[in-house]
Amino acid sequence: MRRKGPERGEPAWHALRRWAWQSVLRWLVVPTTLALVTVTLASCGGGSANTITLYNGQHPQLTDALVAAFEKQTGIRVQIRTDDGIVLADEILQEGSSSPADVYFTENSPELMMLTEHHLLAKLPASIVNQIPRRYDSPTDDWVGVALRVSALAYDPSLVPRSALPRHLLDLAQPQWKGKVAIAPTDSDFVPLVGAVIATYGKQTALQWLRGLKANAALYQDDESVVAAVNRGQVAIGIINQYYWYRLRLEVGAGAMHSKLYFFPNRDVGAIENISGAAVLSSSRRKADAERFVAFLVSAEAQRILASGDDYEYPARPGIAPNPALPPLSQVNPAMIDVVRLGNDRPAAAALQEAGLT
Amino acid sequence: MRAVAANGGTGRDTGHDGVRGSLRAFVSGRRRHAPWLLASVSIVIALVLLSPLGLIVAQAAQAGWGQLWSVIDRPFVATLLWNTVRLALVVTLLAAVVGTGAAWLTERTVLFGRRVWAVLLIVPFVVPDFVLAWTWSSVFPAVHGYWGAVLVMTLHLYPLVYLPMAAAFRAADPGQEEAARGLGLSRWAAWLRISVRQARSTLLGGCLLVCLALLAYYGGFEDLRYQTFTTAIFGELQTQFAPAVASSLSLVLVALSVIVLGGEAVFRERGRLQRSGPMAQRAQTPISLGRLGVPALVAVATLVGFALGFPVAVVLYWMVAGGSSALPAAVSLGAAAGYTALYSALGALVATALALPIAMLATRHPRRWSAALERSTFIVQAIPGVVIGLALVYVASRSLGFLYQSPELLVAAYVLMFFPLGLVAVSSSVARASPRLEEIARSLGKGPWSVRVSVTLPLLAPGLLAAYCFVFLSAVTELTATLLLVPTGVQTLATQFWAYAEQGVSFGAAAPYAATMMVMSVIPVYLLGRWFDRRFLAQPGERSVLEVLT
Repeated sequence: MRRKGPERGEPAWHALRRWAWQSVLRWLVVPTTLALVTVTLASCGGGSANTITLYNGQHPQLTDALVAAFEKQTGIRVQIRTDDGIVLADEILQEGSSSPADVYFTENSPELMMLTEHHLLAKLPASIVNQIPRRYDSPTDDWVGVALRVSALAYDPSLVPRSALPRHLLDLAQPQWKGKVAIAPTDSDFVPLVGAVIATYGKQTALQWLRGLKANAALYQDDESVVAAVNRGQVAIGIINQYYWYRLRLEVGAGAMHSKLYFFPNRDVGAIENISGAAVLSSSRRKADAERFVAFLVSAEAQRILASGDDYEYPARPGIAPNPALPPLSQVNPAMIDVVRLGNDRPAAAALQEAGLT
Repeated sequence: MRAVAANGGTGRDTGHDGVRGSLRAFVSGRRRHAPWLLASVSIVIALVLLSPLGLIVAQAAQAGWGQLWSVIDRPFVATLLWNTVRLALVVTLLAAVVGTGAAWLTERTVLFGRRVWAVLLIVPFVVPDFVLAWTWSSVFPAVHGYWGAVLVMTLHLYPLVYLPMAAAFRAADPGQEEAARGLGLSRWAAWLRISVRQARSTLLGGCLLVCLALLAYYGGFEDLRYQTFTTAIFGELQTQFAPAVASSLSLVLVALSVIVLGGEAVFRERGRLQRSGPMAQRAQTPISLGRLGVPALVAVATLVGFALGFPVAVVLYWMVAGGSSALPAAVSLGAAAGYTALYSALGALVATALALPIAMLATRHPRRWSAALERSTFIVQAIPGVVIGLALVYVASRSLGFLYQSPELLVAAYVLMFFPLGLVAVSSSVARASPRLEEIARSLGKGPWSVRVSVTLPLLAPGLLAAYCFVFLSAVTELTATLLLVPTGVQTLATQFWAYAEQGVSFGAAAPYAATMMVMSVIPVYLLGRWFDRRFLAQPGERSVLEVLT
């Protein structure tokens, strides 16, 4: 009974092949079994006392930069879980009082309002909330605004001159724009815009507008694809948040930008401010550290990181100049819709479904 | 000994072959009952694998059937159904044609450089669907919508047909085609009516995998702006704060997959063909292509170029030229690669281990119920990853708190999702491993467990390895369930790619993650190709096992 070594009369390559199979098995099965044990042990260890968990719906580059600065300053470790802001809010809703999250940081206020309604957020101390203008904060001090973006149009000047651009967001439903508009109805930035139209003009007008858009618009999955499509000349105009245009420019270079950015004038609803905010969860068992992180997000240091990087959002804290590439907010003159009136996205999502866009 | 080996290797993929089972029963004079241990273990495994279905129904019940119905009963869903069905039909058909054609060219003709093409044609499977779609749509905006999806999905999925068909052509018996030609059929007619018909169950198996995988894909369609049920589930999730309702949309996909499985079973029953008896493997004489040589070469080169060369080139371009490539990717890239490999390897290991009992049961004890048990596990493949993820989040956050966001739960998701791929590989390897070798070993005085370890396992090793590779490969590129289930603080290659490319416009920062995913997948794909190569030839293990015994 010989198991090892070449059999008599067996070609050498047979032995080689058997050796290869055996070593593959050895190298695959043994390490993975070991790994299973390691993972099990590691997961039993859990996080240390000095660690908070952040549910992050913001762009990872920005969050990584902010977290790195916070960790360096305080020695508190931050574990990050990144996903779509609304999906993370869904998770928090599902987790309820046993949520592992300490801090929730997202791109838009409606999901924060939703969590507030379910009493899942802890009140923030005045020392944090007062850092930021009232209109960018939760009216009940449940969350605080960190950064702002403005809804805008990207347009291709060779397809539509600036003078021909609509002065009102609702005009995009008119037949003259048929086939010329790009929208991303399931992007988490589009839903608040619909919410703003409902808050300003009522549900019926909003529905009419959405039905017009359904007839006129090419549908994309997200704002990133919308701005890219406009920049390629595929479609004349697209509804986006302003920062996607700057991000695209950063990526492809100014020379490759064949599109321009347009803000609806006169505080039209098309130029709403979207508020990115942060909150401490009421279920958090590390509230003090979690509050320190939120306090850091609105501090001058963090707001400068936000303004100086490649994020192209407006810092919510007064007195911090935004990225010099951006036009000052005072010049953009955005519409201001109260966060309470903007609400929790639910009416907007229902209207999108009723209009057949989602 | 030769006779034993040849008998052991009579069948093509006769794994579910009732004829063979009853023949054996006839010879041995009784129907062999499935051992109760194997049967009960298999039933438990199948129940566990089907548990996501139960969870989806539970979620839907909790959300309220009224709300669910209001989501399903709208015109938009009709559009989705039409989009999903027409895409599944056309892509499956095209993948079958392209895969079979490419396999024929590399295996049966004197195509220039055919050994090289044979390998290159498998490799496109390492390019994740969302990377392929992203590269195509970012360079050629015209690639979108229905035809864009048809193009990209065909390019991504044809290897699932090519792999088994190439192996089947190589193993096909040239004598039968020669006989057919001797009876007056043209070369093409002989090929179609003999080789292709003989490979029918292989082709159907490949088509089944293509079709089911297609139902559940997501990332690629998002880039291509093509709405299917899976993208709609995501849209619902991102706008509605109602995960239960979103995932109950997947019940429609479950219904579709049951129809597909039923259809495949019907065709499989009709298309059963077997080699007439044991015969020596004889090399095929490759066919000269004549004037068609150059066009054929161009066709194969274009296919490989579109499916592999192009996406690799675009990823490399963005790595160099993207404005965001300067971001410090090295550390997080290493960690992401490590975790991706770890979770995928664990998922592959567990899925392969679980596939073994079910494959043994369905192949060695073919009955109506065992076949149904085996097939039922395929349903899960049509359920989108995000729905599996939501179901596991649902159950873990409610009643299995200690598992919530644990690596084990993510590994479990991989096992649930990719089990069918592993099962395919294990089943056909079980079908090829002759029980007679085990009987001989028993007659020579070895104990049952000793036989299992020293005879059965080595016989199955290549199939197990292939199953492992199949699952590993799919898990490396899994995105949507991973996003929901990954332990907090951990990033995988797919989630990082998503975060940079989809959530920002940072193609440069995303590109290294795509490249690493592809590199990590090359070895499993190569091993898979090798396995399919020999699946239809004599088992390498048989001879040495016999020599060990004697």
